[in-house]
Amino acid sequence: MEIASMHFKERAHVKLNDEHLQYNLKKMKAKFVSKRRESLVELDDFEGTREAGKAIRARGLDDLDVWLEIFERNATARGATVLWAETPADVNALVLEIATKHDVRKIIKSKSMVSEESALDHAIEADGMTVVETDLGEYILQINGYEPPSHLIGPALHKSKEEVAELFHQKHGTPLKTGIEELCLEARGVLRQHYLSADMGISGGNFFVAETGSVVLVTNEGNATLATTLPKVHVAISGIEKVVPTLEDVATLMRLLPRSATGQSISNYMDVLTGRKGEGEFHGAEHMYFILVDSGRTGVLASEVREALRCIRCGACMNHCPVYQNIGGHSYGWVYPGPIGSILTPMYVGLERAQDLPAASTMCNQCGVVCPVKIPLPDLQRKLREKAFDAGLRPWYERAGLKLWAWLARRPALYGFGTKLGVRALRSMSDRNGMIHRLPFGSGWTDERDMPAPSGKTFRELYRARGNGSAQRREAA
Amino acid sequence: MRVGFFVTCLVDLMRPSIGFAAIRLLEAGGAEVYVPPTQTCCGQPAYNSGDRADARALAAKVVGEFDDCDFLVAPSGSCSGMIRTHYADLFSDDPAMAKRVEALAAKTRELTQFLADDLRLARVPGEYSGTVTYHDCCAGLREMGVKAAPRALLAKVPGLALAEMAECETCCGFGGTFAVKFGEISSRLADNKCQHIEHTGADAVVLGDLGCMLNIEGRLRRRGDAKTRVLHVAELLAGEIPPSST
Repeated sequence: MEIASMHFKERAHVKLNDEHLQYNLKKMKAKFVSKRRESLVELDDFEGTREAGKAIRARGLDDLDVWLEIFERNATARGATVLWAETPADVNALVLEIATKHDVRKIIKSKSMVSEESALDHAIEADGMTVVETDLGEYILQINGYEPPSHLIGPALHKSKEEVAELFHQKHGTPLKTGIEELCLEARGVLRQHYLSADMGISGGNFFVAETGSVVLVTNEGNATLATTLPKVHVAISGIEKVVPTLEDVATLMRLLPRSATGQSISNYMDVLTGRKGEGEFHGAEHMYFILVDSGRTGVLASEVREALRCIRCGACMNHCPVYQNIGGHSYGWVYPGPIGSILTPMYVGLERAQDLPAASTMCNQCGVVCPVKIPLPDLQRKLREKAFDAGLRPWYERAGLKLWAWLARRPALYGFGTKLGVRALRSMSDRNGMIHRLPFGSGWTDERDMPAPSGKTFRELYRARGNGSAQRREAA
Repeated sequence: MRVGFFVTCLVDLMRPSIGFAAIRLLEAGGAEVYVPPTQTCCGQPAYNSGDRADARALAAKVVGEFDDCDFLVAPSGSCSGMIRTHYADLFSDDPAMAKRVEALAAKTRELTQFLADDLRLARVPGEYSGTVTYHDCCAGLREMGVKAAPRALLAKVPGLALAEMAECETCCGFGGTFAVKFGEISSRLADNKCQHIEHTGADAVVLGDLGCMLNIEGRLRRRGDAKTRVLHVAELLAGEIPPSST
């Protein structure tokens, strides 16, 4: 996918002023936040389950190489082929190779964010094949000229049903519909034909289970079930970090995933697919492939932000992020938006192209407290800020300002003198109500806000004047 | 009980009256208040900007200044949260300092928490006639667990009614340097907060952190709201509400 994360500010500006999007975002926020909250009540020990989820993901990552080998062995034993992709380009090349081998002309896909990283759909089309997205959200985006997704689990959440109705009307040439049910039925009618005529199905993978060699798929539309079992070839693509040791582990993670994502106790569908269709079996693909993708993951594993790899892609961090709630997913400029995207994007595309993302956070930690696997997102954002600072990526005036302030703050006498002058200077800039309307070097603050002026003297001055100054310490001692 | 009062750089510079109000409350609760004269800043601006070396230097300075107190109390969830939850990260490679930091973290309190839970303040000096709403500052709430304490203390103020706003736990958009670097987003978050405050019809929004105060007051005034007061919880509890400037 094209990288636009370096234009974060400009994009956010556009989105903040898009009234239509703002309306959609407000609706979405209310729904996600309240549904999740309601669904947690059913769990008697949510915090304990989070802790267990964290431990499971950490265990998988601690010995990732070992679990991956176990997965490969078990998947292969069940007749599947396990392939490894080091780069996004490798993912596309492997898919095209498999397609050529099986004489594929049409591919249907259930949702895969990893395939967005490598713009797989474009590669498939460039090779002369047809590809159809079957996740309703992804389908909407595809027929709208491959609009990028704006959310991990609801890629088209930025769109209202009216926009979707208009799009279907135009692209399908059908009469304009108004109800959600009618629209879903229309999409189903279109997609059913593709399921039956496709030669290959591509899915993502919510989890890879090492002990059984299975892939677990979580959906609400049932599209993954059809896309992976009707065509003769199934290719499951996901990141190497998605491996978990056992099926039992999946059970625990599934207590967390749907609740954190949509506030459901369990998703409508959950597929556990193991191996290719065997003798006498009715369901399943004749050929099953796994493409396990690195594309920067081993780099993250070896970095100070490795905890981000625990992510199970529920989207709770963005649903609860006040920044995301106001600017939407497209502002982030790549596949993964919101707090988790602010860690993964710089790691996968390069910090120099995405350094605004970890900086564009108030560190309020609303994301951290809702994350079902306890990823300390603000701490990881800070680690990336440190990297940006150390690499000299921040502007010189910011560095100089920070250094000067810190230098002063270590010299109390000088700091006291400097701040004494500073507060008076600021006071003199205020109106009669004590507000500063324009701050030099601080237009980011004062463009849309006043700055309440200091009262004119510092605490330290006043405290000393009251006779409590440095003498107080001696008295006390 | 020797209580080291950490004024915080923003109270020192912007609204010293909050510092004095806090000291009055601490003394009302029977604490012997000591204000280290060399204190400046906890280092959080450097820490959150990625400047670890400076953050560490300032943290070491704070540790030295408060080592010999029974408690460190700050009229800020943000600064007390920095000391209690983040200093350890800065000294993970220095066992001697790590030990001192751990000891300091254990005795670091946010002001209302200390008043309510440690001093068990039975009465507060302040009075107020009217309705207020309370904004939960992020670090106070999610790093320090400040939620019940300020409300319990406000309930002791004669004449005061509390009207909770929607999304009282949602960030106001301050976020330190974020407010300047991403001013447009920050202002939008502040604007959402102002709407929630105004919806309650409260005369004042009360909170426990200077950063949020400046942000919320700045946006309220720019929106044309000249009447909703923005008060630090210490000012209200101590009965030291500054005269309205308008």
